[in-house]
Amino acid sequence: MECFGPTLRRPLIPVCAALLMLPACQREERGPRTDPAAEASAPADIPALIVRYGGDAWQIGEGQRLFRWMNCTGCHGNGGGGMGPSLMDDEWRYGSSMADIVRTIDWGRPNGMPAFHDKLTGQQMWQLAAYVRSLSGLARKDAVPSRADTLAPSVPLTQVRPLDSPPAEAPPQ
Amino acid sequence: MPLLALAASGCAGVQSMTGGAGLGSRQFNTLMLAFLIVTGLAYLFVLLFLGGAFVRRRRENVGNFMRPLLIGWTAFILVGIALLTLLSFLDDRQSALAGTGQPPLKIEITANQWWWQVTYQDPMASRTLITANELHLPVGRPVEITLKASDVIHSFWVPGLAGKQDLIPGRTNHIRLLPRRIGLLRGQCAEFCGMQHAHMALDVIVEPPARFAAWYAAQLRPASRPATALAQAGQAWFLSHQCVTCHSIAGTTAGGRTGPDLTHVASRRTIAAGTLPMNPGSLAGWIANPQGPKPGNHMPTIAMSGAELSAVVAYLGSLE
Repeated sequence: MECFGPTLRRPLIPVCAALLMLPACQREERGPRTDPAAEASAPADIPALIVRYGGDAWQIGEGQRLFRWMNCTGCHGNGGGGMGPSLMDDEWRYGSSMADIVRTIDWGRPNGMPAFHDKLTGQQMWQLAAYVRSLSGLARKDAVPSRADTLAPSVPLTQVRPLDSPPAEAPPQ
Repeated sequence: MPLLALAASGCAGVQSMTGGAGLGSRQFNTLMLAFLIVTGLAYLFVLLFLGGAFVRRRRENVGNFMRPLLIGWTAFILVGIALLTLLSFLDDRQSALAGTGQPPLKIEITANQWWWQVTYQDPMASRTLITANELHLPVGRPVEITLKASDVIHSFWVPGLAGKQDLIPGRTNHIRLLPRRIGLLRGQCAEFCGMQHAHMALDVIVEPPARFAAWYAAQLRPASRPATALAQAGQAWFLSHQCVTCHSIAGTTAGGRTGPDLTHVASRRTIAAGTLPMNPGSLAGWIANPQGPKPGNHMPTIAMSGAELSAVVAYLGSLE
């Protein structure tokens, strides 16, 4: 404990405490949803959007939620692919940048990817794109949500309990 | 004192714990009273003993005087604890036996950020009913509710009927209710679940069995076809835009399951889980900017013109 002299040691504690507060400077933004009309009227600032959505844990989490809600899992599984291509590998048919992925979601692509132009707002597409990039490890490590436990999006029908059956009891000891 | 007054506001109204509208609430009342009397007496005795210790002269021999008092004190503790144990046992027994004569109404409630999906289950699939944010119960019939959550932990609490039960993602919980009195009650999410936790209310309407049956039959019907030209335009807009990816309207192609079912939305008392009263003004305000009254909720603002907005409001308002 003699690394620092007593004159240096005394201010060290408040300095360390102040340093601990620094993580708060990068707190993620959780605003209400944006107004798509205002978004459409202003020219898109792509680099700013990439920063805003690409590295933000909350935005990526919202994208993960939308991925399930919009039934992306129906074709892409939980990223592993199925009827549609896998999103976990490093192969990108139409580009891996945020702007490319937003374009893919917005206007669709040949061979089955539907256009979501009339189904999602711009904010939602950017959130989805941020999540899709996180699936193949392109997003910041400290921002990505945990991965789904299974590759398939839902429980197989053979394992679903019928509606009227009693809840499963613990097995007898 | 202001704190006490604040706490006392929980004793009346639609969200009262002591109103006794359900079996759980009545049991709470009797148990609360018994506990209050027994523990209050104990507190009083302790204070008396303490006061006695202060006033008695130190050198006085108090052996004979204290002996019967201590015996009485011990007896009081034994009798009091036995009474409380017996009372809670009897209450447990009563709730276990209550209404076992008739088949319970089976309901599944799924909590979402920040609304409740209510599914009335029936062995016949065509009689299974999905609605949202409103729980209608026939008076006097036991209800078995299965509790699930789709995103984070919520808690189901209708203070007028019974205690709380958590809804946990990936797990299934159960709660039994027995509504005893007709009336309107209010439920509220009781586990902090995010930005709009406070705006996550559930209207509970306990009604006579005949009225409940009529309500059930009306809710089972698919949505009526819009009558006016304005409402028809609203339906066309609704079915060709984002709305259908999250909302369902039975009898149309709208089949989303992410947001509340809107088949009979105009028959409900409120919108957005008790946030706004149901009327054309609230509907229009809500659709024009859902982030205004309930910031952070998962309904996005959809760009639409004023004419389109009034058409959609006319259509939704016709879904009685």
